Amino acid sequence: MINHEAGDDRRVTATASFSSASRLERTLKAGYFAVTSELAPPDSANPEDVYARARVFDGYVDSMNATDGSGANCHMSSVAMCALLSRIGYDTVMQVSCRDRNRIALQGDVVGAAALGVNNILCLTGDGVQVGDHPEAKPVFDLDSMSLLEVIAGLRDKQMFVSGRKITDPPRVFLGAAENPFVPPLDFRPYRLAKKIAAGAQFFQMQYCFDLPRFATFMARSRDLGLLEKCFILPGVGPLASARAANWMRHHVPGVHIPDAVIKRLEGAQDQKQEGRQICIEMIQQLREIQGVSGVHIMAHRQESAVAEIIEKSGVLRERQPWFPGSDPLPEERHDVQRDHSLSFCTGRLS
Amino acid sequence: MYSIRRWVVRHARSVETAYRMFEPVVIKLAPFWNWVGYQRAEKPVGQVEKLSKELLFDCKMCGQCVLSATGMSCPMNCPKSMRNGPCGGVLQNGHCEVLPDKRCVWVDAWEGSQKMQGGDQIHAVQLPVDHRLQGSSSWLRVARKSSDDAPHNNQEGRDD
Repeated sequence: MINHEAGDDRRVTATASFSSASRLERTLKAGYFAVTSELAPPDSANPEDVYARARVFDGYVDSMNATDGSGANCHMSSVAMCALLSRIGYDTVMQVSCRDRNRIALQGDVVGAAALGVNNILCLTGDGVQVGDHPEAKPVFDLDSMSLLEVIAGLRDKQMFVSGRKITDPPRVFLGAAENPFVPPLDFRPYRLAKKIAAGAQFFQMQYCFDLPRFATFMARSRDLGLLEKCFILPGVGPLASARAANWMRHHVPGVHIPDAVIKRLEGAQDQKQEGRQICIEMIQQLREIQGVSGVHIMAHRQESAVAEIIEKSGVLRERQPWFPGSDPLPEERHDVQRDHSLSFCTGRLS
Repeated sequence: MYSIRRWVVRHARSVETAYRMFEPVVIKLAPFWNWVGYQRAEKPVGQVEKLSKELLFDCKMCGQCVLSATGMSCPMNCPKSMRNGPCGGVLQNGHCEVLPDKRCVWVDAWEGSQKMQGGDQIHAVQLPVDHRLQGSSSWLRVARKSSDDAPHNNQEGRDD
């Protein structure tokens, strides 16, 4: 059974209600193959720097992830990036990391972000400070990604802060989490997925997948546990710039697992950069065939301009073109992202 | 002590059995703790608990022990204080991304839980830590909770 049918199963049960005004949520629940991408935050206070980075994805992605001090490096905040992008009408996934803020700040940020038009939140624990550019900083980790999910689900569904104090208008957000099926303890990973679903996760954006068999095993196990009907899974993909870059990544970026075969293939290629993109395209196509895969999350660090071509060549969008500024048939909708997007979440038609 | 902590995880089943014998004793002493007063008992009991659990588990005295749900591997030894499972940065050899010469406490936790009778508790979602309980005795908290819950006391406290 291919992914589309899996999506259709969910359409019956899941579209009954939406937890947010998110275009990503609508895309997934309608059974389309969704594409999200990582948006690198600028080291600048100029909004145009955010818009320029978003523009390269226009018409190719359903939502963009604004990273929250990823790799424990300081950049523009994810809440600010998302707020800027939502003014234009973009759908964004606000990444929230537990490393830098305690539960008081986190809850305040989530409520504030929702007020600013943020519809999707990805709950992360965050990298340790020692890998970033401020290793002398105090790591907070008051919550972990799991309890952050619970806390935000509580804000939304119970309409109250952890303290029990009521919220008059709760943040209507589509809740996401991360998972890494490629690192130990491998047997525990599907159970951890289950825990995150129990804590409130509705979609998952995963670590880079370069090891398809390992991912397939993870998905089969998750299916046996009955988890695939309860969440949307978007494995991570990305183009490797060269064999050297791949080697560096697997030794220096925590959690990235790249099998030797991938590095050998890159080494043997005449144009390694092109080969890296080709591997990425093939990976997207293969992932699409795995039951329970609802989309892909593209992380093309410093190769953002290649994303459109990769998506195009992978053919996963078929005839569909995700929303971008100017594509909206109802221009006034752009100024009111809270309105129901059920008819306008994409401009193309389903293949 | 790191080597003792690792030994405990390898023998999680025996440690679990020992705890299952120990827990009812602490709970049965509830009238005694009541008589002494939990406030007054806190310091001496806390000291004993700290010494023994520091030795065995590298305990950080968070005051809300979850060892039974974490394969006898204390999650407070995780540099990210993760109480619900490993992060995504675990190295391929099962070591910690922050402390690469040490094993991930959650890799240990998973192995320990597989040996335990009540290992299924690892699947329960743990609440955020209450930082007010830092330094207080988990044992007394279990005893107090059981006596407060009586007569519905079913002694299923997951604390150690």
